[in-house]
Amino acid sequence: MEELCTGLCSVLTESGAELGLAYFLSLLVGVLLVSGVPLLTVILLIWIERKVAARIQDRIGPNRVGPVGLLQTIADMIKLLSKEDITPTAADRVLYNAAPLVSFASVVLLWAVIPFTPFHYGVDLEIGALYFVAIASFGTLAIMAAGWASNNKYALLGAFRVVALLVSYEVPLVFALLAPVMLAGSMSLVDIVNAQSGMWFVVLSPLAFVIFYISSQAETGRAPFDLIEAESELVAGFNIEYSGMKFGMFFAAEFLHVFTNGIIMAILFFGGWMGPLYYESPLIAFAWLGAKGGLIYFTTLWLRNTVPRLRIDQIMAFNWKFLVPLSIANLILISLALKVMQELGIAPRDMLSASFGDLLPATAILLVINGAMILYLLGILRKRGREARRESHEARAGYPQTASVAGR
Amino acid sequence: MELNAISIGFVVFSIFTLGGGVGVVTTRNLFQGTIWLMVSLFGVAGYFVLLSAPFLAAVQILVYIGAIAILITFAVMLTRSVARIKERYIRILPSFIASLALFLILLLGVTVPIFGAHSPGSIPEYVASTRDLGAALVDENGYVVPFLLASVLLTAAMIGAIFIARDENA
Repeated sequence: MEELCTGLCSVLTESGAELGLAYFLSLLVGVLLVSGVPLLTVILLIWIERKVAARIQDRIGPNRVGPVGLLQTIADMIKLLSKEDITPTAADRVLYNAAPLVSFASVVLLWAVIPFTPFHYGVDLEIGALYFVAIASFGTLAIMAAGWASNNKYALLGAFRVVALLVSYEVPLVFALLAPVMLAGSMSLVDIVNAQSGMWFVVLSPLAFVIFYISSQAETGRAPFDLIEAESELVAGFNIEYSGMKFGMFFAAEFLHVFTNGIIMAILFFGGWMGPLYYESPLIAFAWLGAKGGLIYFTTLWLRNTVPRLRIDQIMAFNWKFLVPLSIANLILISLALKVMQELGIAPRDMLSASFGDLLPATAILLVINGAMILYLLGILRKRGREARRESHEARAGYPQTASVAGR
Repeated sequence: MELNAISIGFVVFSIFTLGGGVGVVTTRNLFQGTIWLMVSLFGVAGYFVLLSAPFLAAVQILVYIGAIAILITFAVMLTRSVARIKERYIRILPSFIASLALFLILLLGVTVPIFGAHSPGSIPEYVASTRDLGAALVDENGYVVPFLLASVLLTAAMIGAIFIARDENA
């Protein structure tokens, strides 16, 4: 245990605390920090999200409570906390009350493996990337339990749709996640960041990043995949019966999940805390991670507020007929190209010690492969789009009334 | 048994696993039964962590809780009378004999070395990593044949599922 006792723990032992107690206390502080920071971050995130949404929709957004509306979320939180806590009579009490907790925990638990700086992370799990996927499945479980336990048909219908969406998009998400894992040769998130010291993985496999981005947008239930809260169709969705802070937990979990995904993408594809001068101070490294994660987070908000909602059959067809085959093909091509290049000696076998120069030829080849795939895909998409337009033209021609309306 | 973090963990995960199992067979509500099943499977994932096999623990959660149990809840919700099942299982005697026999075999297997010799407390020094596991799966002296057989089986199952679900008229 003594070799584990570093940092705060060693300070405590030097000031006279017992070794076991000091170790326990330092772990406790770490756990509280890792779980507490996201809890507090979400308060700010909700404000950011509302402000960005407002600006995109040409509004001002919250601006009454506190400077530029910064305290609006706190006011909302007090409102949610003081609201009546309703449990429907026919609900399954235990599950109904446990679901919001599981939902929020499934997001906060992700922060345990996120490497904030080269030295600061909860744990460096050997299976970090897999842990990320495994924990996300608890979120699905929570939504299912909430929809069923509410004993409301709209809630159940909403839960069905959401779970179908989440389970389907988990497939391309995992396949896309395997690309950085393969490139780094490790599932540990710390190793994945370190392996990007030569080149960011987004350059080596841009297609995997795009697939991951789309699937994680779906996993968080954001537009164009916002079937979770289709107000006009399902009243609200799986959380219709929830009130007060229990609703607030689902709400906060969703907002935090979006930001967490931004951070995860920054780690997997954009080099995490890598950036100029990151070795000078952990704070600079942390700032780089925050900036990259924040930028990706902003683009997801942008997307959310720009595109309309898709129909469920469109979403499913897009996933199973397009995204899944694409992600499998991408994975096969990358692994094949990587192995061939390693055998020929073009690509380095160990990414951890590879420099920018070592990786240049491999990067060029992978980029060419990705570019060819993207061109081919654009061709397919253009063909499909043309067919869909022609069909809708023909359908319109069959109904003279609608045609005249459309022609006006 | 000395009291340390691992033994406490073992007791906690045993309560999860066994309690979940009892919940599955006693509840008269199918949906709660699947939730109990997840609790039980989660306890098993905990055992894998205690055995320093984090990869298996994550796969246990991902495959059993994230995929199989979720599919079971889907199936359960599509059946009628989820909440209060009236039917009772009547073949108590055969199931009692079967479970007793299974329990005795397991008890014998643990206490008497009939399924190969082993000694408790002989924990190997070297703890295999996930990398070793992956290498063993594709090593010709390792498990490459079972691994390929399992892949063929899964592919066959997938093709079979597509064949059954295919629309006759299409």
